[in-house]
Amino acid sequence: MLKRFMTAAAGLLLATGLAAGAHAADKFITVASTTSTQNSGLFEHMLPAFTKKTGIAVHVVAVGTGQAIKLAEKCDADVLFVHHKPSELKFVAAGYGGPRHDVMYNDFVVVGPKSDPAGIKGMKDVAAAMAEIASKKQPFVSRGDNSGTNKKELELWKDAKVDTKAASGTWYRESGSGMGATLNTAAGMNGYTLTDRGTWLSFKNRGDLQILVEGDKRLFNQYGIMLVSEKHCPSVKAELGQSFVDWVISKDGQKNIADYKLGGEQLFFPNAGKTGS
Amino acid sequence: MNDLLQAFGQALRLLTSLDASLLEIIALSLRVSLTAVGLAALFGLPLGAAIALFRFPGRRTAVVLLNAMMGLPPVVVGLVIYLLLSRSGPLGVLGLLFTPTAMIVAQFVLVLPIVAALTRQSMEDLWHEYEEQLRSLGSTPARAIPTLLWDGRFTLLTAILAGFGRASAEVGAVMIVGGNIDHVTRMMTTAIALETSKGDLPLALGLGFVLLTLTIAVNGAAELVRRWSKGWTG
Repeated sequence: MLKRFMTAAAGLLLATGLAAGAHAADKFITVASTTSTQNSGLFEHMLPAFTKKTGIAVHVVAVGTGQAIKLAEKCDADVLFVHHKPSELKFVAAGYGGPRHDVMYNDFVVVGPKSDPAGIKGMKDVAAAMAEIASKKQPFVSRGDNSGTNKKELELWKDAKVDTKAASGTWYRESGSGMGATLNTAAGMNGYTLTDRGTWLSFKNRGDLQILVEGDKRLFNQYGIMLVSEKHCPSVKAELGQSFVDWVISKDGQKNIADYKLGGEQLFFPNAGKTGS
Repeated sequence: MNDLLQAFGQALRLLTSLDASLLEIIALSLRVSLTAVGLAALFGLPLGAAIALFRFPGRRTAVVLLNAMMGLPPVVVGLVIYLLLSRSGPLGVLGLLFTPTAMIVAQFVLVLPIVAALTRQSMEDLWHEYEEQLRSLGSTPARAIPTLLWDGRFTLLTAILAGFGRASAEVGAVMIVGGNIDHVTRMMTTAIALETSKGDLPLALGLGFVLLTLTIAVNGAAELVRRWSKGWTG
C-alpha cells in the first residue's frame, strides 16, 4: 500500500515537473524596469507590438530603479529601462552597460489631501511647497526604497533645505515600498507624497488625494534605456537585447509610446534621439 | 464593507468568466506549490522519520533547529536563493532565475522543515507506542520507518497540507526569485500584490477570494483521498 502511495506521488511529481519545463525554449529577453512603467500599463501596451514584429518575448521584472540597476549589475537582466539619469550614467561609467539612450519623459507631481492642511495647492515652486509641508509637520509618505522617485524626492528635500532623516517616523514616513503601495499608504493616512504622473493616472485607490503641485521644471522625469554590457556579463543576450533597445528608440517604438493613453490622457512623451548625455 | 462586497462580486465574476489569463495564473500557482510540496514530502517524510527513530550525537540540537526552521522568513529564503541563482552567483550558469523552477526551489526550502518537523513529532510518538512490539517482532528502527509512516499517514497528510498552506500563501520568496513576470512567473499571491500596488483593491481582494477557494478545493481533495483510503484499507 505504501508502495502504491509512493508510486502515485512520484507520478504526480513527474507530471507537474515536466509541465514546468515546457515554457523554457522560447526566445526571450529579461528587462529590469521600474514599477511606474509596469503599473501604468505601458508595457502591456508596448510589448505585444515588439513581440509580434520580432518574435522575441520580453520578460519584465518591475522593481524600483535602485533594485533594477542592482539586477542588471548582477547580470540578471539583458536590458535596463529606468528613470534616474545620474544613477544610469554611473552605471554606464562603471562599465556595466550602455550606451544609454533617452526614451521618454513625463513628470512627477505632488499629491495630497483635498483639504490641503499645508496649503500648497497651486504653488509653482515645488521645493517651497515641500518646505511648507515640513514646517506644518503634515504627514508625507516617502518611498524610502532607493527608487528613481525616491531619489528625486530626496533631491527636492535638499533643495527645500529640510532634514528628513531627523523627521523620519514623525511627520515624514518612509513606506519602504513601491509607488502604488506608497500611494495606498498616503491615501490611508491622508498624507502628501511625490509620485510620477503615469502611476498616478492609472492608480485606482486615490481616496481623498489629488494633484496639488505640478509644472516645476525640477519635476521633469526622464526615462532611459541601455543594454547590459556583454563584456561585464557574458550571459547577456546582446543581440536580442539590442534589437529591443533599437526598437524602443525607433520611430515605430516612439510612436507606440506616444499612442498609449489612459482616459484620453497621454502618459509618456517620447524623446529619443540623444545618446549618452 | 462596500469594498468587501465589491470584491466578493469581483471574485464571482472572475470564477465564472474563467478568464484565460486568470486560469494561467491559477495553473502556475498550483503547479509550483504542488510540486514544491510533493518534493518536500518526498524528502521531508523520511527525514523526519529518521530523526525521530535514530539516535545520533547532536540529535536534540537537530530537532530544535528543524522546529525553528518552520519559521524561516520567506523574504530571506527568497534572497538567499536569488543570490545562489543569480547570473553572478554560484549556480548562475543554470539560468534558473526568474523561472517557475526557481519558485519551486524557494517554496521547497520553506515547506521541507514544516513537513519534516511535524513528521518527526508524529513518528516519535508512534515509535514510543509501538517500539517494544516492533522490536519483539525483530524490527529495527530503519525497518520500522515504512510501517510507522503508513500507520501515521493521516497525521502526515495534515503535515503536508500545512506545508501546502505555507507554499500557496507566501509571496515574499516567489516575488524575489520569480520576478512576477506576466505569463511566466506571475502567481496568485504576486498578482494580488501587484493589483494592490495598482490601487485596484476590489480586484486584489477578488483574487484573494479565488486563492482561498483554490486552497479549500485542494484541502477538500485531500479529505476525499483520506476517506477513500480509509474505506479501502477497512
